[in-house]
Amino acid sequence: MVIKRREFLQVGSLATASLMVPNFLKAFESKNMVPAGNKVLVILQMSGGNDGLNTIIPYRNDIYYKSRPRLGIEKSKILSLTDEAGLHPALTGFKELYDDGSLGIMNSVGYPNPDRSHFRSMDIWQTGSESKEYWTTGWLGRYLDAQCKGCDKPTYALELDDTLSLAMKGEEAKAIAMKDPKRLFGTANQRFFKDVMQQHKDEPGEQPVDYLYKTLSETVSSADYIFEKSKLHPSKAEYPKTELGQNLKTIASLIFSDINTKVYYVSHGSFDTHVNQQMQQQRLFTEMNDAVRSFTKDLKDNGRFDDVLVMTFSEFGRRVSQNASGGTDHGTANNMFLIGGGVKEKGLINPMPDLSDLDEGDLKYKVDFKNVYATVLKNWLAADDMAILKKKYDYLKFV
Amino acid sequence: MSLANQLKNQHLMWRVGFGPAVEQLADLSEVSSKQLYKALQKASSKKPEYIDVADDFLKGLWAGIDEVGRQEKMKEMKEEDKKKIQQKQRESVKSLNLNWLNVFINTDAQLREKMAFFWHGHFACRNLNVFYQQGLLDTIRSNALGSFRDMLHEVSKSAAMLNFLNNQQNRKDHPNENFAREVMELFTLGRGNYTENDIKEAARAFTGWSSDLKGEFIFRRFQHDYGTKTVLGKTGNYDGDEVLDILLSQKQTAKFITQKVYKFFVNDTIDEAKVSWLADRFYQSTYDIGKLMEDIFTSDWFYDEKNIGSKIKSPIELIAGIQRMLPMKLENEEVLTFLQRALGQILFYPPNVAGWPGGKTWIDSSSLMLRMRLPQLINDVDEMNVKTKDDDDLMMGRKAPEDGNKPMGFGKRGVIRATIDWKEYMGHFEKVQKEQLISSLSSNLLQTKSSVSNELIKQYSDAGSKESFIKSATLQLMSTPEYQLC
Repeated sequence: MVIKRREFLQVGSLATASLMVPNFLKAFESKNMVPAGNKVLVILQMSGGNDGLNTIIPYRNDIYYKSRPRLGIEKSKILSLTDEAGLHPALTGFKELYDDGSLGIMNSVGYPNPDRSHFRSMDIWQTGSESKEYWTTGWLGRYLDAQCKGCDKPTYALELDDTLSLAMKGEEAKAIAMKDPKRLFGTANQRFFKDVMQQHKDEPGEQPVDYLYKTLSETVSSADYIFEKSKLHPSKAEYPKTELGQNLKTIASLIFSDINTKVYYVSHGSFDTHVNQQMQQQRLFTEMNDAVRSFTKDLKDNGRFDDVLVMTFSEFGRRVSQNASGGTDHGTANNMFLIGGGVKEKGLINPMPDLSDLDEGDLKYKVDFKNVYATVLKNWLAADDMAILKKKYDYLKFV
Repeated sequence: MSLANQLKNQHLMWRVGFGPAVEQLADLSEVSSKQLYKALQKASSKKPEYIDVADDFLKGLWAGIDEVGRQEKMKEMKEEDKKKIQQKQRESVKSLNLNWLNVFINTDAQLREKMAFFWHGHFACRNLNVFYQQGLLDTIRSNALGSFRDMLHEVSKSAAMLNFLNNQQNRKDHPNENFAREVMELFTLGRGNYTENDIKEAARAFTGWSSDLKGEFIFRRFQHDYGTKTVLGKTGNYDGDEVLDILLSQKQTAKFITQKVYKFFVNDTIDEAKVSWLADRFYQSTYDIGKLMEDIFTSDWFYDEKNIGSKIKSPIELIAGIQRMLPMKLENEEVLTFLQRALGQILFYPPNVAGWPGGKTWIDSSSLMLRMRLPQLINDVDEMNVKTKDDDDLMMGRKAPEDGNKPMGFGKRGVIRATIDWKEYMGHFEKVQKEQLISSLSSNLLQTKSSVSNELIKQYSDAGSKESFIKSATLQLMSTPEYQLC
């Protein structure tokens, strides 16, 4: 592939030489602009509390069908993985990923003293705190703090949304939230904002207003940077026209560029299925399945599948028993998907939840989600997990 | 009087309340800050009116049925009726939100309401029962400037808090420690000033504290643990009230509250000497909140340069502040709910029991952009193209209501549709010379040491007429990073 002059200029002007030159040189040799090895994490938040038991289904378990006379999914429709577990019928793309060895499933993930309120449990997952602690920064925000000391663009982490999640807010640095690089560019480049920024002079001694100007200037430079990168190698693949589909397409386009982003955050939902669960989960899974299938195929076609880890989570699972309205109520432990060419443990990583050993009708957690975070931070992002999680958590082996 | 005096009075208005109101503009340069504070105290001396917005349907349902009767009734109720109740509850809480926000904007009792707003974050509580919320709100508004001791006892017995912190599950032999933990960690002592054992023992004292469905406090004698407890070194067969008094007898409680008050009203960076002086006096006055506030607002150091223009306005302060200076009619008040959500602070929906962390946490690239666009959105020049995240506690799995592709309240064109009443504002600047206009507007609107260049504001203002110039320059000044501070 011949590098275009336009790209050459951009690489030169936008990044410090020491950081970008190796990438840029290697780009001549490889088929892709960015050489392999630039590890990226994509977090897919399943908002609302996804029903894990109807996601990875224990289809040989009598307790499952007894607890869910109306909601239990028929054996014949289940996409069987092992002789005890199968996938929800809508997750055909996930079955393909399973079959080619790039899907890991972590069962019974949770935390001690689980909270069943959405906002509280989501905070616990997003901050990485214990359930008795109230933290005001997110785990990826603190990753950003560590990555972005003194950097001028907090683009190491991006959220595909209009507002920023707590997960992405650090003490000093905060990630950028945007749905569309072009729109972000348009908003940030209003003439008035740029002019205001230019006339501001930092007075001696840090003034409170300096923090706002710093954020403003980071936003403007990030918006420029993201927009430029999004135009370098826009994905040409077909994606579903859904919000998630388009968001994953934007992520893919950025991954194909040499942007410095290591973490992408995207949400899908709502999985809060108190009523008519079957229809709602079916619809959400179909959207998720189609979007993830396009995304993983796109990554494979462009030789980047080994460098991307997709991780899903939800703030809690749901009760084992169905409720009276064709749905399920808030529960506790849940499963997570780990997708990518770099996933080392394939298929069911740990045993299915024990339905005969419940805590007041809810699953008991076996894996603390902070162990999953520590593993990803250390083994995938090569970051200082102890500094970020403020505690030592043992590593797992999935990456 | 001098500009310095005006700046001080504006500072006082932003901290005591939700910013200067347009009708105060003339006075702010005339009176002294001491006089102004006296007037503010006087305006806040009356007991506030109870805000009652509960839907008639809910009232009818709640009226006249005893507790057992209602529980039975709830059980037999059909799914759709239950849904209807939930929906009415949500709507009523939303209307409670908008009503209280309107009080912030319009009341003269700025001191009381700002103080209540502080306690709303201190005694943070989420509850979908509008009757509970109304009750708790009345408690904090009535006691806002009174005795912290009385307020702590009342809040601890409120249905809203007892339910939110699971104390209805706190029974003898099956204690639930949540309530006791939060009372110590967040309401009185602060983290690190008690042991896990203190929590366990205190939880036993709160056993049996509960409420009926009408929101009245009830003490369930048979669930109470009458045994001996040891809390913070004191031993006795205490009940909940006695444990609260033990917590209040600790000087640390006065210190913890004073620190928080100082951060909220004076400066995010604590001045230890000042706080310790204030805390001593607060403790000696047996927790007289009004006196504590007087100590702060009548001190000289409150007006130190480092304290002026140093705080980032919270979203509520920003929204209310704009409307106090520019009174406006909104075609659809839903936009105010939307803006609270998009900017990250919704009344009655604190992020958790620890309340809003405040300070720099208000600002990220998205929220700053939206804040700076807000005046043009109000002016219907800019179009709302931002969507907020779903709140599953509110939506229960349904889709967010939208008008077409635009957020609720913005109509198909995606604009706020506000009619600003400029008359009084214009009158104030009538006699100002054209060359002086921007300086004059700027000194009324901005509290920061450095301000935006007048030349720049001029470039972006509409010089067609004096009136259009004042209007556009005002909105432009409100679109600056400086305006985010007070």
